[in-house]
Amino acid sequence: MNNNELLTGAFSEALVIDKSQVTNELQYNSIKEWDSVAHMSLVAALEETFDIMLDTDDIIDMSSVLKAKEILAKYDVKF
Amino acid sequence: MSIQALIDELYLEPVYGLSQQEKDQKILPIINALTLKHEECCEAYGNILKVRNDSSRIADNIADVPFLPVRLFKTNLLSSVRESEQLKVLTSSGTTGQQVSRIVLDKDTSVYQTKTVVKIMQHFLGKDRLPMLIIDHPNVVKNRQSFSARGAGILGMSNFGRSHTYILNDDDMGIDWEKLVSFLEKYSGGPVLLFGFTFMVWKYLIQALEKTGRRINIPNGILIHSGGWKKLVEEAVDNETFKSRLKAATGINKVHNFYGMVEQVGSIFVECEHGHLHAPIFSDVIIRNPLDWSEMPANEQGLVQVVSCLPLSYPGHSLLTEDLGVLLGEDDCPCGKKGRYFSVSGRLPKSEARGCSDTFQENRP
Repeated sequence: MNNNELLTGAFSEALVIDKSQVTNELQYNSIKEWDSVAHMSLVAALEETFDIMLDTDDIIDMSSVLKAKEILAKYDVKF
Repeated sequence: MSIQALIDELYLEPVYGLSQQEKDQKILPIINALTLKHEECCEAYGNILKVRNDSSRIADNIADVPFLPVRLFKTNLLSSVRESEQLKVLTSSGTTGQQVSRIVLDKDTSVYQTKTVVKIMQHFLGKDRLPMLIIDHPNVVKNRQSFSARGAGILGMSNFGRSHTYILNDDDMGIDWEKLVSFLEKYSGGPVLLFGFTFMVWKYLIQALEKTGRRINIPNGILIHSGGWKKLVEEAVDNETFKSRLKAATGINKVHNFYGMVEQVGSIFVECEHGHLHAPIFSDVIIRNPLDWSEMPANEQGLVQVVSCLPLSYPGHSLLTEDLGVLLGEDDCPCGKKGRYFSVSGRLPKSEARGCSDTFQENRP
């Protein structure tokens, strides 16, 4: 699986949404499934999937799928 | 410049680095802009301003900004945004028979709240997320549609942790030893973040450990706690006692209490190593005479008024609380933080018990 597929899988599993909903434009708090509780699961899923440790700034900045990709890029996860 | 642009600038400043005078210059234009905005967008707030003797809306200093009694949010839903823009309604931690406050958040205010809490806490915890023990039971965050203030507080703090572990049982609030022991085996060698409401930490961690005679050892633990001292004051437990008994039972040296309330998002005043609560750049504190509401000088007890730059969606930028406190100084705390520092000594007699940790009801037979 490439990183895009891994990312989509992590989002879909953590937020319990269909993979087709995971687009760059999807934003935090724009759907009820991506709320502050799910955000914690998402962070844990991304950390596990890509074997990284996100800091508190990353978590706050992660306001969309696109933003998540930018943040992961800092940890050498390329999309 | 928009209010948002002015608020955004605050994040570029050090959280505790500006002198009171420099800070006032930064935040007063924001606070004044909020008064105007809420007058325009919240009819009830506008009506309240109309009946004041003072017709000016632009205050010359923070102490002249009009303030609302915090109690008003129990009786009225005060909102400055359309219903379609409401992201969520926070409620305070009222017990049965008490009225709860309702606070309307829109997207911007909610984002600012999270960002601000992170900025402030990073000052004490650093940027790395630490393994985190939560002194509460997991059910407290189960209902995602309506969090209690306690649940919301826990979730807010969860941003600072990883491997979140709730150490109390849902049914009887006893310590889940299996969970606790396996967490400690993994993490107790390094820094660990612990969070809980003051009364819960006292009763269900410190006292529970003392009763069983079991001791745990988390020498690099940092405990953050909040929610009010009322129940502990009734048991004659002060901050010093709390800290020394905590240390004896858990080995934890670093403890930071913080003061804040659901009615004013983002205003959290964290205790430094000298036991003083500090106002960050985003908020301020004024102590008022409970009889005539005049501003009290330092070292005299009065009512705590809190001021915040963040409430965009409801008129909560300047609130008179029912808490009693003392201004301890300005720009000169030995910990090095600039701005005002203070202590909170209790609640105005006759006001309700309403702190997050004060409202846990024990099961009565």
